[in-house]
Amino acid sequence: MNPFTPSAPAPFASAPGPTVRAVHDEFHGDLLEVSMGPQHPSTHGVFRMVATLDGEQLVKLKPVFGYLHRNHEKIAENTTYLGSMPYTDRLDYLCSMSTNWAYALAVEKLAGQAVPERAQYLRIIMAELTRLVNHSCLVGFLFNDLGTSFTPLLYAFREREKIIDLFEALSGSRMMCNYQRFGGCRVDPTPEWLAAAQQLVDNFPRFLDEYERMLTGNEIMLARTQGVGRLDATHAINAGITGPVLRASGVDYDLRKVDAYGFYAQFDFRVPLGAHGDTYDRYMMRILEMRESVKILQQAFKRLPAGPIMDPKAKLRGFRPKAGEAYGRLEGPKGELGFFLISDGSPNPYRYRVRPPSLINLTLLEEMCLGHTIADAVVILGSIDIVLGEVDR
Amino acid sequence: MLGSGIINGLIVTAKNFAGSYHDPERMVTVEYPEQKTVLPENYRNFPFLITENATDPMGTLRCVACQICEKECPPQCIIIEKSKDKKPDATGKLQLYPAIFGIDTSVCMSCQICVEVCPFDAIKMDKVFEIATTDRFQDLFLDRERLAKPNSYYHEIHPVEAAEVDGRLLAERKAAEEKAKVAAAAKAAAAAAKPVVTPPPATP
Amino acid sequence: METLEQIRARLLLAYPAAQITFVTNPGPAAEHSLLIEAAHAVEIARWLRDDPALRLDYCSNATGVDWPDKTITDVTTTTEPDPAGGPAKTVEIKTTRLQPGYLEAIYHLYSIALKQGPVVIRLRTANRTDAVTLPSLTPTWRSCDFQEREIFDLYGIIFTGHPDLRRLLMWDEFKDHPMRKDYVEPDDYEWEPTAHGAVLERAKPHQSAAAAPAPKMGGTP
Repeated sequence: MNPFTPSAPAPFASAPGPTVRAVHDEFHGDLLEVSMGPQHPSTHGVFRMVATLDGEQLVKLKPVFGYLHRNHEKIAENTTYLGSMPYTDRLDYLCSMSTNWAYALAVEKLAGQAVPERAQYLRIIMAELTRLVNHSCLVGFLFNDLGTSFTPLLYAFREREKIIDLFEALSGSRMMCNYQRFGGCRVDPTPEWLAAAQQLVDNFPRFLDEYERMLTGNEIMLARTQGVGRLDATHAINAGITGPVLRASGVDYDLRKVDAYGFYAQFDFRVPLGAHGDTYDRYMMRILEMRESVKILQQAFKRLPAGPIMDPKAKLRGFRPKAGEAYGRLEGPKGELGFFLISDGSPNPYRYRVRPPSLINLTLLEEMCLGHTIADAVVILGSIDIVLGEVDR
Repeated sequence: MLGSGIINGLIVTAKNFAGSYHDPERMVTVEYPEQKTVLPENYRNFPFLITENATDPMGTLRCVACQICEKECPPQCIIIEKSKDKKPDATGKLQLYPAIFGIDTSVCMSCQICVEVCPFDAIKMDKVFEIATTDRFQDLFLDRERLAKPNSYYHEIHPVEAAEVDGRLLAERKAAEEKAKVAAAAKAAAAAAKPVVTPPPATP
Repeated sequence: METLEQIRARLLLAYPAAQITFVTNPGPAAEHSLLIEAAHAVEIARWLRDDPALRLDYCSNATGVDWPDKTITDVTTTTEPDPAGGPAKTVEIKTTRLQPGYLEAIYHLYSIALKQGPVVIRLRTANRTDAVTLPSLTPTWRSCDFQEREIFDLYGIIFTGHPDLRRLLMWDEFKDHPMRKDYVEPDDYEWEPTAHGAVLERAKPHQSAAAAPAPKMGGTP
């Protein structure tokens, strides 16, 4: 059952108000309203869905946010530009390196700050390693969400562990890296670190092969994900859905290619695209993107230039950009991650805004879930890939 | 064949099960309290204050209570109160010192910004992570007695970084001494040259 | 892509009655924007989305900004010749005027079809207190759905035409709008010995004398 009506420009699956029952006869009982979450193992954090069920089918689903809300934006408007950097780690706590970069990118755009070449390469290395971390987590959790097995998650976490050990050796912390600075990076990796990272990246495809052998052809996986949670391209674009979820619907839009921020224009990689926009395609997107990330990383290690990692004009203390505004965005592992900053010339930003991909990708959750069973809703939510630190901010 | 995917998956699982006994690639966990992993050099946890001398930690704090870290700390977990008097520091120059220096570790997020902004290399990141306490308030608020750790400890936990910092400080001190010497010499020369009457510059 | 000036010219041709102002961004990013009158915002948004040369089909970011009332002091200096024949005197005349505040909604638009952008458009409310309605752009770009709810929640802009305008992050019973610049935090701090003096000060009325031991501050000066 496809809930979409492609002619309507902005679909709303169900208007707010009383829900109309899908089937109405004497064999069917009353509709049942179930509150899934905020304390629920399959909602990936403190996310809550108010689901209205007709039997086992969903007829209405309203997401409820705010259980992890700490008003990150207000805190950032009361701190210096540098002081917000460690807070951005806590937005998407699985991918702190790319969140750091997104913030640094916006501030550098705001202040017109240049970044040396070696730092750009290091940033790409970190961002792609983060993508490996995030996607391997996601595919692990997806099988857990299917309710079939916990084993793939442990294998994925084993590989993730090796990467975050690298992050720890470089930046001092496993998840809260706080690595990027305005105008460069904080620590220069040693040759031993680079060798270890390169070895890890060279071994990573072996893990992917093993993983795919276990999951991609698995009959349970195919039965539970193919045709589930379809999303068509028109609606996905209109709803602002980005990242692997958008590309699974067949839209060729990757900011690494479109904006070519950093030094991505010099790298040779392809953007995988899905054809059906269902959960299986979203899973495959992640696997294929990891393979492309490995390709980018190998090129980056090969070409990493020597040189400084901080721009000499960069300021750590007393950083005051000129009045103005800037919107910096990059292709995070979850989608387009943007930071919008307005400066009034003071040491604190006047306006600081995070464009959270996790939140906006949930816009069409209801449309994707309607008509499916509640067990499928869990899988669809898992395939969208949210982190509540970013959804609620 | 239906089911071949599942069988393939089970083969992978069996391989991993066997590998978890001998293959280092598949063994990433350690039995924690008995075994411990070696922390990397860059590992950071809560900050500590450097003292020059282990026998007199409060007298030789490197911190001069400039309060930059207090201002820059994102979660505002540092409290500093300046002293009323001055004490000589390692170079013999009279400096203020912190009368109160406290870090609330229940608020601190180990972000290392205090270390980066400190112009005196007085605060550094520690590596102690087993700091669970039974009292949520008093034990997690570290005062300057509990924060102060000697420079030798810093060398122990971050050898490369500490050597670099000490080298830099030494060079700075030497440069300062040289400068002082030159200034003193210039002064002496000026004093010696004083009896000679220099003609005043001609004013048009 | 066309420049913002060209887009503005074409928009004025299509909607001669609309007021469209060019807003300059003085920073190095130089992302200028168009300030659009609220009455025509819905039609203009639809035009921007459907125009074949622009096709801004993707609204990436929608956000609110609070600009409170500002008193601006203008200083005008005039030189008056001294009647006694001495050097001319400069007289400074200070006039203060109140610049009324407003709430602003900013939209960053991109085109996925033509891979171009951004076009930044801004909408402003009449003031910050009673006339805080703006037309919702959610019927044009569904991606504004949650973001406009968030703006309503945190800034208090009421979007007319939004299909489901409820608070997003704060709970429904919450009264104020926390991202406004004049928001006062509620005085509900419990006693906790913290290093942060301001919080400690505010917490004082809440602590009972028996329950609260003085925080231990180390060191003998």
